[in-house]
Amino acid sequence: MGLDRRDFFKIVTAGSASMLAGEVKAGANGGNHRFSDNFGVLVDTAICIGCRKCEWGCEQANSLAFRDKSEYEDKSVFENQRRPVPDKYTVVNTFEKPLDPANPYYLKVQCMHCNHPACVSACIVGALEKKTEGPVTYDPWKCMGCRYCMVACPFQVPAYEYAEPLTPQVRKCGFCYDKLKDGKKPGCVEACPNEALTFGKRGDLLELAHNRIIQNPEKYVSHVYGEYEAGGTSWMYLAGVEFEKTELPVIGSEPIPEITESIQHGIFKAFVPPLALYGLLALAMHTFREKQAEKGDNHE
Amino acid sequence: MNNHQIPAPVKAVYFTRGARILALIAGIGMLAYFYRMIVGLTIANINDQYPWGIWIAIDVATGVALAAGGFTTAALAHIFHRERYHSLVRPALLTAMLGYTFVVIGLLADLGRYYNVWHPVLPSMWQGNSVLFEVGMCVTIYLTVLYIEFLPIVVERFKGKVDLPKPLAGLNKIIELSLSIADATLNKLISVFIIAGVVLSFLHQSSLGTLMIIAPTKMHPLWYSAVSPLFFLLSAIAVGFPMVIFESLLASRSFKLKPEIDILSSLAKMIPFFLGIYLGAKFIDLTLRGAWPYLLDGSVESFVFLIELGLGAVLPIILLLNDRIRNSFGGLLAASALVIFGVAMNRINVFLVAYNPLYAEKPYLPSIYEIAVTIGLIALLILVYRAIVMIFPVISVPPSDGSNLVDRTEGSLVEVRR
Repeated sequence: MGLDRRDFFKIVTAGSASMLAGEVKAGANGGNHRFSDNFGVLVDTAICIGCRKCEWGCEQANSLAFRDKSEYEDKSVFENQRRPVPDKYTVVNTFEKPLDPANPYYLKVQCMHCNHPACVSACIVGALEKKTEGPVTYDPWKCMGCRYCMVACPFQVPAYEYAEPLTPQVRKCGFCYDKLKDGKKPGCVEACPNEALTFGKRGDLLELAHNRIIQNPEKYVSHVYGEYEAGGTSWMYLAGVEFEKTELPVIGSEPIPEITESIQHGIFKAFVPPLALYGLLALAMHTFREKQAEKGDNHE
Repeated sequence: MNNHQIPAPVKAVYFTRGARILALIAGIGMLAYFYRMIVGLTIANINDQYPWGIWIAIDVATGVALAAGGFTTAALAHIFHRERYHSLVRPALLTAMLGYTFVVIGLLADLGRYYNVWHPVLPSMWQGNSVLFEVGMCVTIYLTVLYIEFLPIVVERFKGKVDLPKPLAGLNKIIELSLSIADATLNKLISVFIIAGVVLSFLHQSSLGTLMIIAPTKMHPLWYSAVSPLFFLLSAIAVGFPMVIFESLLASRSFKLKPEIDILSSLAKMIPFFLGIYLGAKFIDLTLRGAWPYLLDGSVESFVFLIELGLGAVLPIILLLNDRIRNSFGGLLAASALVIFGVAMNRINVFLVAYNPLYAEKPYLPSIYEIAVTIGLIALLILVYRAIVMIFPVISVPPSDGSNLVDRTEGSLVEVRR
């Protein structure tokens, strides 16, 4: 049922988007190469050993928590599927390795830094921003806390500080934008001991990913998650099993905000439709007023 | 038949038993509201999976829809010049004005940083891609337009009668002068604002329906449609007159006035037409998207979808096509209440029921505080409405010739025969 419905969504979304946009873009990915120079990270779940050093590195880099490294060796956290929360921008979860259930695969979750971020499109005040280098950043001073970004995110990543009475923030991975600007790697990548995380230009990472798939066809499924999903993302994944079997959602290749933006820009095209409606109503008002006057009806 | 009635402040006892109960509910709601403002959103059951709860689905989305009586009645009476409905314009305008005011008050409770609510008016923060930005701007401007449209009623009430007590008596002349200026300008400009109000309503009523299109993978296919903005607009238009009728009937009962059944009944004649267009559009959309199977899969969603359209659209059409039902107090009240129920349910369905987040562990149910705030705001709105119609000339009091006395039996809906 779940799969049927998701397939259905894909069809509906693609169909209605093209209906509204008036043209079908070839695969929607034709334009994706313009994100090749964006920074990205390739997550290789076939290499990841679930050491959770990336969680530690993230919390150090973002001053979220200052726990001892040894605390991250606790494997009991894998018993439940975790989600990013306000003071944890990234979490590592497990998913089953079919031939070796005792040693599952590990999957790091964080903001995907979409090429066409739905959260940025949704944000009413521009508090969320897609930087030219790739990161999607957040400015709490602009934010009014409507949480529409959380409704919009197809990966359900942003978390909110509900417990904060006066100054709650939307919390999510910001790709360590300040470090990136200084030519450094993000905190999680720096902390990764065995290169399960590769930082680089998105175009290079895609090449690397496809090379790994070609060279180790027995190790990987032929799918780079994030190459096309939601119009492409900065963070991408390799896996040894179909991504449908992981917690990553099945998402079509259309950019998520495509339909809403087509509608909005259609309605407000140079303000013509609203002004035309105004003119039409004014004309109606005038016409009907004259009719009334002719009838000699008693006015107020 | 002469319906030429003059609006006047209603003379009645303010604190009836009903009003006292409402005041209690409103008081509890205000306590919950201020509690939320101090301790934060933690008292609501919204979470990272369900970032929006009833404060958005009911206070904002349903509130905006049910305030549609304002622009539909204004269009009917002022643009299409159906003079006989003039007596309904002011109550509808007041409902819209208060409705939108309470939408904003409700929204403030939901915003994590409510003190930043004014940010969208700053050009440096304009975000033209955001549907919510357009909704916010339209609602802000429309609310202003509504207050301007209400000004003539204030002028009418106080012009030539300004008589402040001693310490403020010096202001009398200034206020009197500004009332005269407002009177002179508004008379010339009011048409501009009335049309603007209709255009702004078209824009944001439909755009509320665009909001959830940005979550294609989370929305149930029965409600997820690229033409959702059209449905929101059509249903807002369809619920406008039922709201006006419903309120008029309740007000006439509460204030012991003779209900204007003949006017309301002929207004109700148009409702099946608008509901029919809405239903037809829904039918075509479900067919084109091949979504009919979801209607018969026995899920909770299919069930509430059937109730939403069956009780909220099909049944009122049937009821209102019947002359006898449409000309009775009870029939009109029931049919208009059903339409209101259907549209309210639609908004709740779109924003809550149809929303299936990816990693939710349990479904969202509102907390006691959320419910207290929502119900409290509704009660407070009714109380403010009651106060305003007793101070300002809003409701047209029918000339009492004593021949058509209303049966005032408490607690039962009575039919009025003429």
